Amino acid sequence: MLNVTPNSVGSVAPPAGVVGVGFSPTADDSRVISGTVGDIKAADPRMTARNVDVYYGDKQAIKDVSLDIGKNEVIAMIGPSGCGKSTFLRCLNRMNDTIDGCRVEGRIMLDDQDIYDRKMDVVPLRAQVGMVFQKPNPFPKSIYDNVAYGPRIHGLTDNKQELDEIVEQSLIKAGLWDEVKDRLDSSGTGLSGGQQQRLCIARTIAVAPEVILMDEPCSALDPIATARVEELIDELREQYTIAIVTHSMQQAARVSQRTAYFHLGELVEVGKTDDIFTNPSHRLTEDYITGRFG
Amino acid sequence: MSKMHLDPQRTIERVNATLGRRYRKEQRFRRFGLGAVALGLLFVALMFLNIIGTGYSAFQQTRVLLDINYSEEMIDPEGTRDPAILSSANYAGVIKQALRDRFPGVTSRGDKRELYTLVSSGAALILRQQVMENPGLIGTRASVWVPADDDIDMLVKGHIDRAVPESERRVKDQMVAWVESLEVEGRVAKVFNTTFLTSGDSREPELAGIGGAVMGSLYTLIVTLLLSFPIGVATAVYLEEFAPRNRWTDLVEVNINNLAAVPSIVFGLLGLAVFINFFGLPRSAPLVGGMVLTLMTLPTIIIASRAALKAVPPSIREAALGVGASRMQTVFHHVLPLAMPGMLTGTIIGMAQALGESAPLLMIGMVAFIVDIPGGALDPSTVLPVQIFLWADSPERGFVEKTSAAIMVLLGFLILMNVLAVILRKRFERRW
Repeated sequence: MLNVTPNSVGSVAPPAGVVGVGFSPTADDSRVISGTVGDIKAADPRMTARNVDVYYGDKQAIKDVSLDIGKNEVIAMIGPSGCGKSTFLRCLNRMNDTIDGCRVEGRIMLDDQDIYDRKMDVVPLRAQVGMVFQKPNPFPKSIYDNVAYGPRIHGLTDNKQELDEIVEQSLIKAGLWDEVKDRLDSSGTGLSGGQQQRLCIARTIAVAPEVILMDEPCSALDPIATARVEELIDELREQYTIAIVTHSMQQAARVSQRTAYFHLGELVEVGKTDDIFTNPSHRLTEDYITGRFG
Repeated sequence: MSKMHLDPQRTIERVNATLGRRYRKEQRFRRFGLGAVALGLLFVALMFLNIIGTGYSAFQQTRVLLDINYSEEMIDPEGTRDPAILSSANYAGVIKQALRDRFPGVTSRGDKRELYTLVSSGAALILRQQVMENPGLIGTRASVWVPADDDIDMLVKGHIDRAVPESERRVKDQMVAWVESLEVEGRVAKVFNTTFLTSGDSREPELAGIGGAVMGSLYTLIVTLLLSFPIGVATAVYLEEFAPRNRWTDLVEVNINNLAAVPSIVFGLLGLAVFINFFGLPRSAPLVGGMVLTLMTLPTIIIASRAALKAVPPSIREAALGVGASRMQTVFHHVLPLAMPGMLTGTIIGMAQALGESAPLLMIGMVAFIVDIPGGALDPSTVLPVQIFLWADSPERGFVEKTSAAIMVLLGFLILMNVLAVILRKRFERRW
């Protein structure tokens, strides 16, 4: 028989209030999460989330998260896998509605409308709050049709000329126009990964949303394509409000003005990106950004 | 627990020790698989050889050249050229006269009766058609190729052995002699059998054809396709894209999967009880046949369509929902077009099943002997597999080759449909 060392982490119950899966913090009061550290408010909030709880069936994925997303700023959400950052992001345009057994409690406001209100329709909401996904997911249609799809279904244009204009403008904003202007009729799936992701960004901004949610937009891209997309995010900040989930702390530091650190479904700390990375207040944040775990 | 240490030396020894056995096992398994494939191919080859070997001769028909005298006194004694009289004239008499003229030595009643069986009873119909189309033939003489009787057909094709004693074969020595004398004169020929492809069923093998059954199958399949494709796709789309996951949809799903395993004759009974007895739809009609086959094909189409929908990556749905498409737009603009090749493939496979199905159709009366070629989905008709069943059951020697030939036609259609399914799949296959 092989002798296997028993997993001590699983068999020893962590002290109450201390989160103890995957790493073994010393039973130290400084790692207890007791509410969010830092200022959850933004100067000019576009979206406000208050006391949001999300459940997948019986399992609670997000616990009591409150956070503002301010106008013309990029807010980065970081944290170890499974911490709920993507779940929180997907609450902001109700993409979680498509998941069976997912339940959202609390209040999320876009400007001054409650997006989880009974009267709220998800179609206009998603036109206002666009989303870019982790894996580039262009439609298997032409580049032109990819960008034109949103304006078409919402009837944003009156004629072909206006639509052409929107497609061109969106591709220019997404920094893709020069690369694809001669082959708008070729398939969107034939582009490289980085180009596909920028095409998805163009598709999102073609409907002129107020807020753009990005769920790890660069995780499937190489460093050069990542740099290109990060540059783009910085340019888009002037016109849009952007919330980005990322696994890369360097990326968060490069593109965001505010950073929110999530841990096991709770929002541990929010603050100006510079402060979080240079002078974190909470021990868990410090552990994460110094690479002690995650 | 005893303590045990693994070291690289021990590992490699152990691995080497078992290596030979592992490879032998793999070899055995591979040979077993090859053997199974070879056996399967052998059976398929035997089946095709047998069917084609028996059936190919049905595509030929023996014809006899007769010198016909379109005598006015026999066809239209009063000279009115009235179509009613021309239609009911005694053309069989004209044929008999031609045979008597050819073999003047035959005098006794019994011999004459035998002489008349040399040619098919369909020969008179050919003359009638000629005269109806061209009454000017009356009073003239012409040589006409008429179909031989099925026994003579078998004799000429070699299915009846001339060498065996007279008592052991259907065709008498005397008739063989007549046929041989005709053959010497070049008055017997085998031509391509258009009758087999165009005409309906008949009691006479030389006049029987699959035309009626093919048309019946066609109408039945059209009804099946028109009903099962929209219903099947709509069900699949609802269950896969819209329905909530709960006990009811689970129940529906289990039932659909079970329906796929229900013996097809049960669907026939259901069709008989509901469509014919309760709703009073006509018996033997392709409409009812199509409805019954729809019930049978639906599970296949639903299951294939759901698999096709499942294969569409969720990222496409998210992309569409993310720019604000409604669920309906997401499905119809993106998911359905991507799933369509898979759905079509499933539908064609289901149609091929339906084409080959006979049991449920027996229950709703499509097994009747129907001579007329159906002109629509409400006319009584039969279908190819049932026609095969009917002919296989017939005692005449001439129906043996007809049965095999009909199987060849059916297999031809099935292969065609499956090839179409494969082409569709290859042509529209998408990669992400």
